[in-house]
Amino acid sequence: MPTADQTLDEILNLAASHFKVPRQKLSPDEDFFKALGIDSLQTLDLLTKLENHFHVELPDYELQGVTDFRTLAVKIQSRL
Amino acid sequence: MLDLRKYSCLGAALRDALDRFSSEVCLIEADRDREKVRLTYSDFKEIALPLARALEDAEFDPGDRAAIIMTNQSKWLISAYAIFYCGGVLVPLDYKLTAAEHLQLLAHSKAKVLVVEYHLWRAITQSPEFPRIATKIVLVTESPLGSDLAGGFRWEDFKRKGAPDFIERQREDVACIVYSSGTGGRPKGCVLTHENYLEQCIALTTWYPFWPGVRYLSILPTNHAIDFMVGFIGPFVCGACVVHLRTLRPEFVRDAFVRYRITYVSLVPMIVKNLERGLRAKFDELPKWKRAILDSLIATNKLLTSRRPNVKLSRMLLPGVHRAFGGELLALITGGAFMEPSTMQFFYDLGVPVVNGYGLTEAGTALTLNDLKPFRADTVGKPLPGVELRILNPDADGVGEVAAHSKTIMSHYLDDPELTLETIVDGWLLTGDLGRFDGRGHLQLFGRKKNMIVTEGGKNIYPEDIETVFDGLPVKEYCVFAANYIWPKKELGAETLTLVLRLEPNQQLDSKLLEDISSRNRKLPDFKRVGGYLVWDKDFPRTASMKIKRQVLAEEISKAAERTAIVGL
Repeated sequence: MPTADQTLDEILNLAASHFKVPRQKLSPDEDFFKALGIDSLQTLDLLTKLENHFHVELPDYELQGVTDFRTLAVKIQSRL
Repeated sequence: MLDLRKYSCLGAALRDALDRFSSEVCLIEADRDREKVRLTYSDFKEIALPLARALEDAEFDPGDRAAIIMTNQSKWLISAYAIFYCGGVLVPLDYKLTAAEHLQLLAHSKAKVLVVEYHLWRAITQSPEFPRIATKIVLVTESPLGSDLAGGFRWEDFKRKGAPDFIERQREDVACIVYSSGTGGRPKGCVLTHENYLEQCIALTTWYPFWPGVRYLSILPTNHAIDFMVGFIGPFVCGACVVHLRTLRPEFVRDAFVRYRITYVSLVPMIVKNLERGLRAKFDELPKWKRAILDSLIATNKLLTSRRPNVKLSRMLLPGVHRAFGGELLALITGGAFMEPSTMQFFYDLGVPVVNGYGLTEAGTALTLNDLKPFRADTVGKPLPGVELRILNPDADGVGEVAAHSKTIMSHYLDDPELTLETIVDGWLLTGDLGRFDGRGHLQLFGRKKNMIVTEGGKNIYPEDIETVFDGLPVKEYCVFAANYIWPKKELGAETLTLVLRLEPNQQLDSKLLEDISSRNRKLPDFKRVGGYLVWDKDFPRTASMKIKRQVLAEEISKAAERTAIVGL
């Protein structure tokens, strides 16, 4: 099982590549809506990509109120 | 469909619908690609009546209020019916609010009963304000067996044998209290009567009838006025079927169209634009020759349907596109927020009519709707049957505030006679929206007179409601405005909120203060965030009771500064 830091790093890599944003521009505590310039539906798209990558299933409500990569990583890590 | 003119209340109409259409499927609930529930009207009744009986036994009396905080699912509608059956008043709350906001509205509405999903209830019980909750009966759905429900009951176990007594209500009795805003300061609970809903349903189904066999995809939250009417009351009184999808993931939404051969769906602009992006991307992937054929078929369809839609013809011309929508889609219904005309035109040209409308919670559901005779992307349609609209104090272009008179207009704001008097004047609802009629009786909207924005997701955001997040900000004073309220624009869309700051004498707007502002802003849900700030160099005008005179301040700012003075956050 990946460590929490590895999970976070993989999320940042995936987000950068999916939304074509330079990886170095993303930081763990950053607001991903702003950093990626995405709306809440596109965030759901990202979540699907992450689910497929980590082989977990997160209900939509788990994402409610989550706005930064670190919290997202915690949610995913808890289901690994 | 049922003849709603004969009914005095929603409960009676729904009760008759359950008997009349007993063998038809009324509800399908799917989670992603997994179908979880499929109920006929008869099944629905069998689940709802024991719940109604249990509510009666728990002394939930006629006129008592019951709140629902749930995502779209079968138990939402079943609970709502049981509440109406007992003569109760339904308080549908937005499940996306925070726990503190839920508790605030539960207290304001004085709800005696709460029906809530387990994960939402858990969040509420963890709120510091939870110990003050006054709601007596809490029914928690989908809770794991043996979980601590903090005094609540498992919804699934809350049932009693024996026939409950049906409580008939009169048309003027309250059916629902729907909050249009006000979680931060002054809750705006729209008190809507049974007459409001019955008349709204008659008006809508006159233009867009449902029938057994119609499948309506319910994606907008059911607490929202549109989905409550078009995704519950409307389909049920016509014997149609509602499909609940417990996710908004675009790929599953697309899949649901095909899997359930959807007939109608209501969408907010954000989702319609997402669908448009997906289709355009697919079109762009086509080889050049295929793309050329597609473009010519789209042009042919556009020409042949310019006067009115012809979905049969469109399905023949563009079968691939229509298969992607399930092959039976008759229209996309939109409303609740500004929709770009180009997006609507894109779908119409593909043979998927977009029915654009305009309404507000205070007016029931919709005041105007496009009748597609012909399709118009540049208007919000014509007044629905029974709706009178006036343009107040029109300017030289004919643009003024839209006022509405109809049997669908709410009775009043809960416990706020002052706001009610300001909003409903001589029986006319002052909408705060600016519009004009064109020569063909279509309403065109041009912006807002009121200090608020509507997001692409259909959310009404009032500045007063989000100001509390900046409480304690180390500045002399601050105030949040809709930018268009300060600098009125005769157009809708791209609405943003602005934080106006008055610094202390000799105070500088340094990076520490900016970080403080950004960090507070991030505590708000993404759709409620302030888009920029503006530093103001004068004290804010205030009333004798020290309330900010917002309109006066907005006028002062607009005279002294341009919109470009806003600095993005």
